[in-house]
Amino acid sequence: MDNRLHQDLDSSRAEASPWLVRARGVLKSFGEGETRIPVLKGVNLDVARGEVLLLVGPSGSGKTTLLSVIGGILEIDEGKVTVLGEPIQEFSGQEKTRFRRDHLGFIFQQYNLLPTLTAVENAAVPLFIRGVPKPDALARAEEVLGSMGMGDRLKALPTRLSGGEQQRVAIARALVGDPQLLLCDEPTASLDGETGHRIVEQLHHVGKQADRAVIIVTHDSRIFEFGDRIVHMEDGKVDQIQHGPEEPI
Amino acid sequence: MNFVALKMLFGDRAKYLMLLAGLTFSTMLIVQQGSIFWGLMTWSQSGITNINAPVWVTDPNINQVEEIKPLADTAVNVVRSVPGVDWAVPLYKGVQRARLRDGNYEQIALVGLEASTLIGRPGRVLEGNIEELRSPDTVAIDQFGVERLGGPENIHLGTTFEINDHQVRIVAIVETQKSFQNFPFVYLTYEQALEVTPPERRKLSYVLASPAKGVSPEELAKRIHEQTGLGAFTEEQFGWKTIYWMLKNTGIGVNFGTTVLLGFIVGMAIVGQTFYLFTVENLRQFGALKAIGASTGMLARMILLQSFTVGLIGYGVGVGLATLFGITVGSGQRLPFKETWPLLVGVAVALLVICSLSSAISIRKLAKLEPAVVFRG
Repeated sequence: MDNRLHQDLDSSRAEASPWLVRARGVLKSFGEGETRIPVLKGVNLDVARGEVLLLVGPSGSGKTTLLSVIGGILEIDEGKVTVLGEPIQEFSGQEKTRFRRDHLGFIFQQYNLLPTLTAVENAAVPLFIRGVPKPDALARAEEVLGSMGMGDRLKALPTRLSGGEQQRVAIARALVGDPQLLLCDEPTASLDGETGHRIVEQLHHVGKQADRAVIIVTHDSRIFEFGDRIVHMEDGKVDQIQHGPEEPI
Repeated sequence: MNFVALKMLFGDRAKYLMLLAGLTFSTMLIVQQGSIFWGLMTWSQSGITNINAPVWVTDPNINQVEEIKPLADTAVNVVRSVPGVDWAVPLYKGVQRARLRDGNYEQIALVGLEASTLIGRPGRVLEGNIEELRSPDTVAIDQFGVERLGGPENIHLGTTFEINDHQVRIVAIVETQKSFQNFPFVYLTYEQALEVTPPERRKLSYVLASPAKGVSPEELAKRIHEQTGLGAFTEEQFGWKTIYWMLKNTGIGVNFGTTVLLGFIVGMAIVGQTFYLFTVENLRQFGALKAIGASTGMLARMILLQSFTVGLIGYGVGVGLATLFGITVGSGQRLPFKETWPLLVGVAVALLVICSLSSAISIRKLAKLEPAVVFRG
């Protein structure tokens, strides 16, 4: 673990704010010159502690780009993004990598599990990256997978797992390092309704813990019921914010 | 992450075997060809190494050991007069024809040794007594001569054959290093050699010399050259002179060099391409690793570990196969095959280069990889 980053995060600055994520006036475009395409056009967004926030909107509206920006994966052109009290757009590439490693969890639409590692080994990867000894890392991964009902599939390779099981391994991988912010990109897109429902239930449970938050990019209206807020994006901007699934848009 | 890197490598069985095959083939080809090349170079020096003398005195314009330019008979005494010479003896060396009892002829490399000391005699006597060379009309023949002149049932101690109408009797069978021309070595005394060879104005091929105590062979060779104007070389210097001549005047160096280069290029191509493919096919997974906090340096170390691991295994298997080839095909000096440690070190370095360059291509790809790739559907 990076002590310097943790010292920063342990300071009162991170504790005082009720917001885990704050984005202000975020501009982001791809390409250069005449081919330059603006994707985020001045986005403002806050995510509170203990919140499950859904980012929805049509394809090309900038949801995934915003998720990547919050995750420190993409640079922004203008604006300010604060995650866990840290101005991550000011971090160097190396600092961003360390920050992601120590504080963020990612769940991808296509799982991106390593095909030659077993379920438990895949789930333990973030701990291997942190340099946790192998037996400790595997024990922790086993514990997390067990809590997700995957205790009997620990030694299975991804090719032997169903889509739902693979996504649960991916979630276990995201949770194994105990991240404060979970960023999920279309986590239910490749799953049937029942499995998707179960998975989002688990994500919701994680997001409701103190000092945690979950941001889910989704097109899947079946999971809207799990969002504390539903942020609608349109053409690179936050169009509307719906407070809970019951509130009309 | 070493564990993850190795599981990624060994888990993709097809690509792992492809990589291993490429590196093994490359190593085997380079070691096998390099060993044959060095074996040939060793054979080319056998005229020197079989004699085992510290300093060789030659015609000043000599190029290599088999290119004999006879010296004046007085050269022996001239060399003996140089300060620092412990001893100096004459040596005859030339190619003659042996006439066998069945009427057939075989070419032989005739070596005439100074009778009183027999300096230059082979190190190992397999049968008989080499001291008997001092008796008239006697020769010692090497193990290849036994085979070439009729086999052990026809050629043994006491067998006679003719050299230029002079009948000689075998009194010893000796062990030698095979020569490049593959002529059997036949030893006799210098005086006997003068007698059985056709008349020539000069017959002294070389003068062999040894330094006195406190003088190095290099120093003695330098002194002899400076004071007599003759060519003078240590055994090692003369050996290298012969090798350089072979490389310059025959296509051997280019031929073997081309094959070794091909081995290197083929290995590089297979390994580079397979590794690159391996990286490209796992790009999303690498992207995911980057997204969840693996640095480019960490991924580079993983790639290098994979590359050097398969390189080490390929090296071991390749060297093993090449050695097996040398033991089976090259035993008994049937094939020039000399596997030396500098060659093995050289191949290890070549393999290191192959693995490093192959890794570099993949690492470059990974360094440019944006972790955002994992968010693209």
